[in-house]
Amino acid sequence: MNFDDTPQEAKFRTEARAFLSANAHLMSETEPRKESEAELITRARAWQKLKLENGWACLNYPKEYGGRGTTPMELIIWGQEEARYDVPTRPYSIGLGMCGPTMMAYASEEHKQARLPRMITGEDIWCQLFSEPGAGSDLANLRTRCEPDGDDWIINGQKIWTSGAHYSDWGILVTRSDPSVPKHKGLTFFFLDMKSPGVEICPIKQISGDSNFNEVYFTDVRIPDSQRLGAVGDGWRVSLTTLMNERLAVGDGHGCDVLDLVALAAKLEIDGEPAMSNPAVREKIANWYCQKSGLRNTKYRVMSALSRGQTPGPENSITKVVSASMMQDMGSFGVELMDMGGILVDRDDNDFESRVFQNSFMGAPGFRIAGGTDEILRNIIAERVLGLPQDVRVDKGIPFSKVEQGAK
Amino acid sequence: MNFEFSEDQNLLREQAQRFLREQCPLEKVRAVLDDRQKSGDTEVWQAIVELGWTGVSIPEQYGGVGLGYLELCVIAEEIGRSLAPVPYASSVYLATEALLRYGSEQQKEAYLPKLASGEVIGTFAMAEGRGALNPDKLGCNCSGGKLSGEKLPVPDGDIADFAVVLAKEGGATSLFLVDLTASEVQREAVDSMDPTRSQARVSFNDAAVELLGESGQGWSQAWNLFDRAAVLFAFEQTGGAQAALDMAREYAMGRYAFGRPIASFQAIKHKLADMYIAATLARSNCYYGAWALSTDAQELPLAAATARVSATKAFNECAAENIQTHGGMGFTWEFDCHMYYRRAKALAVNLGSLSRWEDRLVTALESNITQEA
Repeated sequence: MNFDDTPQEAKFRTEARAFLSANAHLMSETEPRKESEAELITRARAWQKLKLENGWACLNYPKEYGGRGTTPMELIIWGQEEARYDVPTRPYSIGLGMCGPTMMAYASEEHKQARLPRMITGEDIWCQLFSEPGAGSDLANLRTRCEPDGDDWIINGQKIWTSGAHYSDWGILVTRSDPSVPKHKGLTFFFLDMKSPGVEICPIKQISGDSNFNEVYFTDVRIPDSQRLGAVGDGWRVSLTTLMNERLAVGDGHGCDVLDLVALAAKLEIDGEPAMSNPAVREKIANWYCQKSGLRNTKYRVMSALSRGQTPGPENSITKVVSASMMQDMGSFGVELMDMGGILVDRDDNDFESRVFQNSFMGAPGFRIAGGTDEILRNIIAERVLGLPQDVRVDKGIPFSKVEQGAK
Repeated sequence: MNFEFSEDQNLLREQAQRFLREQCPLEKVRAVLDDRQKSGDTEVWQAIVELGWTGVSIPEQYGGVGLGYLELCVIAEEIGRSLAPVPYASSVYLATEALLRYGSEQQKEAYLPKLASGEVIGTFAMAEGRGALNPDKLGCNCSGGKLSGEKLPVPDGDIADFAVVLAKEGGATSLFLVDLTASEVQREAVDSMDPTRSQARVSFNDAAVELLGESGQGWSQAWNLFDRAAVLFAFEQTGGAQAALDMAREYAMGRYAFGRPIASFQAIKHKLADMYIAATLARSNCYYGAWALSTDAQELPLAAATARVSATKAFNECAAENIQTHGGMGFTWEFDCHMYYRRAKALAVNLGSLSRWEDRLVTALESNITQEA
């Protein structure tokens, strides 16, 4: 056992570092930025272009689409190295990670030639229009309608939780074409110009006060049939292609870290004694450290399989369900350690150690829901890893139009 | 990145699994549980000795197989999975390790070949009754090479031939090698929560001892040994957690209620998912412990405590929730669930309690942070 790169991986890492250090600054050596979203996007476009020109963009894409056809392990190594630098990648993660592979699999040659180069150079930003108010965990329950009209389709309905819709140029969209058949069978998939007439985008204000997502309304939006991806009624299969391409999470989790908690507890006192010597504090820190270390070491096991050219086991399925609750619990405990003063928010305060707990506490409820709720993820572990039976589905085999619908 | 066991090690795992499935099915564990006169299963122990498992960590020059700690971790997990009623942990993880780390050349030559060949069984005697041990208040005392006092409980103390004993000498603590068959030593098996691994009361009345390691360093040497053993105990616990999860899964698939297998209810699915999560975190942390143990890494204390805490919690959870999944039947003597529940608790307290290891983990973490700063 060791944590070393293979000679080939080491060479790749050295090249990645050489490019990054010549063109960017280390995160640890830069001040947190205060920039507008427009400024962030301008910076992101420039970075994407520079990467492409130097052969570091879309590494896992085939060569014909501007990539390098790298191994999954090389993609992870690039991700690890790029994350150490103060460079903006977020606006492109959905487009390049999920929309690109879907387009490659289903778009016509003509559309691939027209759309993919602009996606890869960063000229176009893409978003993914899947969730709806009545279709979250049960995505196939979606109600946004598409109806044929000559060579076009007319779209009416609403999507929600669309990251980056307001600055996106293009989007991929799954809709219902036939409510008279069971839910998975009546879906049809498109890509569309987000500036199309009838598309209205409204930001959602989250409990944290931030706005990272949008509601997107469609009123008689016209999409040419040539922008359909997959056959009419085959939209569910196309959606699964998109979802399968969600990138292998290689980050070390969100929000506060257990070491932030150690740093905070080292500064505070409980009843005149250092908080770090309090047994209750120590017990909690020990258990969060075990979870953090367990996730890190699980990731190393997954990477080892990839490095050997094997398919990783199902271990990685635990990552989000563990880290989301840990983020909420640590955020909550960090605030409580500050006792009566823990409730105070000073937005100009640069005391990272106190803000990080408040931000984690307010952000974690979203993290526990986004990209698969705790409950759905436990179902996935139970069904796909442990092989337990699927839930009983009362809507199975029933035409969508006959299925009871409730709530917005 | 090569953070997995090798093909050879996985082959060893398969062999170990097959051997224990065939030679040590749960009926054999139950036979020890049901017969209070039995202190483990001597046939299984003999077969383990013949496979060379008692010499895995012992170099060939001392009669061992000279494999390594990663191989020992693999075997530990399988022993844990099978609940084997044998003194493997006491003799291999603790007594053998004590001699390897702290024995003089002469002591190694005297003990290690016999440990490897199974001619002798060793154990480690630390506890003196209920409550966390305090080195200043040890009752066992050595003076002029003679040891007096009582150790309770001593795991496998009724069947072991010798023990490594923590005792006071002068104002400090030391480790001593003591022949348990000597006439100045009285011992008796005592009842415990997990009778599938025996526990004993051992009294010393001016028993002849030999110093092991450095005089006055007994307490720190004992905990250094416990750090190493903690990784191996954690593998046993992870093996046990996995076995309890497998048992719960199998039962839930076959047990029907309200017209459906109970495995189709989310309350049960999510419970089993949580057991899987706990066992997976424990396993991954165990691998880190295995790496630290096999490379004598500086972060061994942190890696060992992390593996130990994760694995203790995972086995506790999986053993308890296995009973819960079984419903009323899980609470009967007849079903095997309680054997995991008992073993989980026995392994959890054997090297010191969960809260002690949580505290050790944080101490190691603080020391790592200081070193890095």
